[in-house]
Amino acid sequence: MSNSNNTFATTQNYVPIPLGDIPIISYEIFYNNIKNSFAEETNHCVNYFGTLIEGEIQMFCCIADDKSGEIHVYSFIYEGKALLSLSKTFFAFHVFERELHEQFGIEFEEHPWLKPIRFETNSRFGYDIENYPFFKIESEHTHQVGVGPVHAGIIEPGHFRFHCKGEEILHLEIQLGYQHRGVEKVFIEKNQIFQRNILAENIAGDTVIGHATTFCVIAEQLSNTQINEKLIIERTIALEYERVAMHLSDVAGICTDVAYQFGKSVVEPLRTLTINSFINWCGNRFGKGLIRVGGTNYSLNESIIKKLYSTIVDVEERFDMISDRLFNLPGMLSRLDNLGKISLKQAESCGFVGLSAKMAGLERDIRQTHPYLYYKNIKPEFVAENKGDLLARLYVRTEEVKNSITYIKELFEILLNNNYKISNKPVIGNINYIPNALIVGLNEGWRGEICHTAITNMDGNIVRYKIKDPSLHNWMALALCVRNLEISDFPLCNKSFDLSYCGNDL
Amino acid sequence: MFFQDIQIFKKHGKQFIKDLSNVVLPETFTGRPEIIKEPEGETALFLQNLCPTKAIDINPFSINIGKCVFCKECQFRCPENIVFTNDFRMAVNCPEDLIVTYGVHKLEVTREIMRPEIKSFFKKTLKLRQVSAGGDNSAELELNAAGNVNFDMGRFGIEFVASPRHADGIVITGPISGNMAEALQKTFDAIPSPKLVILAGTDAISGGIFAESNSINRKFLSANTIDLYLPGNPPHPLTIINGLLYFINLKPLPKY
Repeated sequence: MSNSNNTFATTQNYVPIPLGDIPIISYEIFYNNIKNSFAEETNHCVNYFGTLIEGEIQMFCCIADDKSGEIHVYSFIYEGKALLSLSKTFFAFHVFERELHEQFGIEFEEHPWLKPIRFETNSRFGYDIENYPFFKIESEHTHQVGVGPVHAGIIEPGHFRFHCKGEEILHLEIQLGYQHRGVEKVFIEKNQIFQRNILAENIAGDTVIGHATTFCVIAEQLSNTQINEKLIIERTIALEYERVAMHLSDVAGICTDVAYQFGKSVVEPLRTLTINSFINWCGNRFGKGLIRVGGTNYSLNESIIKKLYSTIVDVEERFDMISDRLFNLPGMLSRLDNLGKISLKQAESCGFVGLSAKMAGLERDIRQTHPYLYYKNIKPEFVAENKGDLLARLYVRTEEVKNSITYIKELFEILLNNNYKISNKPVIGNINYIPNALIVGLNEGWRGEICHTAITNMDGNIVRYKIKDPSLHNWMALALCVRNLEISDFPLCNKSFDLSYCGNDL
Repeated sequence: MFFQDIQIFKKHGKQFIKDLSNVVLPETFTGRPEIIKEPEGETALFLQNLCPTKAIDINPFSINIGKCVFCKECQFRCPENIVFTNDFRMAVNCPEDLIVTYGVHKLEVTREIMRPEIKSFFKKTLKLRQVSAGGDNSAELELNAAGNVNFDMGRFGIEFVASPRHADGIVITGPISGNMAEALQKTFDAIPSPKLVILAGTDAISGGIFAESNSINRKFLSANTIDLYLPGNPPHPLTIINGLLYFINLKPLPKY
């Protein structure tokens, strides 16, 4: 379906459209259209990437309209000339343009800083990750502090370069790319659907369900594979379980970083209980193996549901007690209040998603605006908080844990009260995709909006699979929030966002 | 306030697992695979082609748990041939032991083949430095979990330390991305000798699904001796703790 002016094609979440329906426009028209489109603050860019089609670099830009639930797909052919950057007006584009510059060598005029995003193999920058020239401040009063890529704790690698005046951070530059494993390339090389399924689970090991469901729903929609309601409910439950488990992990982490040992010791076992539910369900603490294209090998039965139900009720009860305590504790409040602030304006212009948007008052939640799976029926509540500080982030996390537990219980009850038959079994062997089609899949993972986009060729093979983890946008939030803080506040701020390194680096 | 704390404390109870070596995980846990009947001819070939990471080999039929992603697909297709048990004890120090063939019913560390300097040097405690090199954060979270209030690895004197200068060895997760190769080498160089190399998780042991990606660089592994393998996708905290305990011979072996 195309609009009247024929500049973009309209689709919806997980609805494939024929490539032929996407009008190819000139960059100038594209640029002006985006400018008009972004006048509406409910529009935001979910993916903007290039792909080689018949020797030409064709670009696709997907804009999600949060009001109508539509996704607008723009497309143009890159003709080798430098393009006028969109980042200057709409800063949210900076990551996409940097990625395009890194992958295809496209020059963007007036882009604030076309630095590499992940140092892919055969980097075109004249330097690699080891001798990257960091931003410099010429002053006798400032000094630099370099941290990483190997950090003190057990976390993924990334380099943080602070410019400090005494103890005060003036600027933080985050350099990632250490985790680059070539996911998107391997995705095309491994052509069996099952291998791709395993790969989707390994994009980010803490968002297994998030990325795997996105891939599976895309594969099913692209091949007209029907799935039953029980499976849809089960996937929704799994997504909410992951949200609970990881938010609990971060609440415990924040308690650790403010030296509130009691809180840490109480919240940590709750996470253990939550992820151990996945062992009872599918044998893996992170849910690897649970989500398969077309179905699942682990259909929930009454005895497992009852077991998981009693565990989640226990978790809820215990978490209610400790979360009440957290927000009454003077030491906790004085440490977190007003620390590491992000304003609504910053969140909007940088295009933050998920928790980083919610805590600043930006209502961005795919479960509500572009409902999929069973979210069409349960209509999740929006967790509102607008202070944008560390306390707001902790608050959003605790509220989301509570809400998610409520949804899980609701969904378990639906499963128990309706006589659903067993959910579908996974697809065996390869499936045939619709040829010459594009599909955009949005999914609200625990960090925020996950976006996968697949393009098939005339033989029905996937030729481009673009993965976007919410962290790609949100790393900028960490860099902005530590400005003018003491350098010792950084670990706490980092934990409060808990962004993915491998999701960014792919 | 204080009253509230006591209530929480009461509800919290005792969380630590007393005897880490003899825990029985739920039947559903995907642990050590066993070949209960050797598949033949076409079935064997079918299973070999089925495996997403080429962990299955034929003649003799075997599963390499260093390559296995524990997706259990082979069991679903041929339940009469392969079964994944709930046994979490999978840590081995001999690479050949990673290859599970017919008749293998347990996996353990062989102390005889350990490097003599390692065997005599590390006896009572272990301080380790972790390096994530392309790891997807699941193995990292499990290594963290090994030290949490439930598993509490610290009680045995096994800990992860911040500086490689304080470490006895390195625990690597992830398939080792090319961009991380140099940082990994530098960290390893900073550790005083004799030093251990421990690989945690399928990605680290074989590269897993990324084994053929040209963005990874596994030269470090061919240049150094690997002392311990902790298989799993990701390895369960109990796999990690028990593996390390047997490795430094801290606890008597559990009864099977």
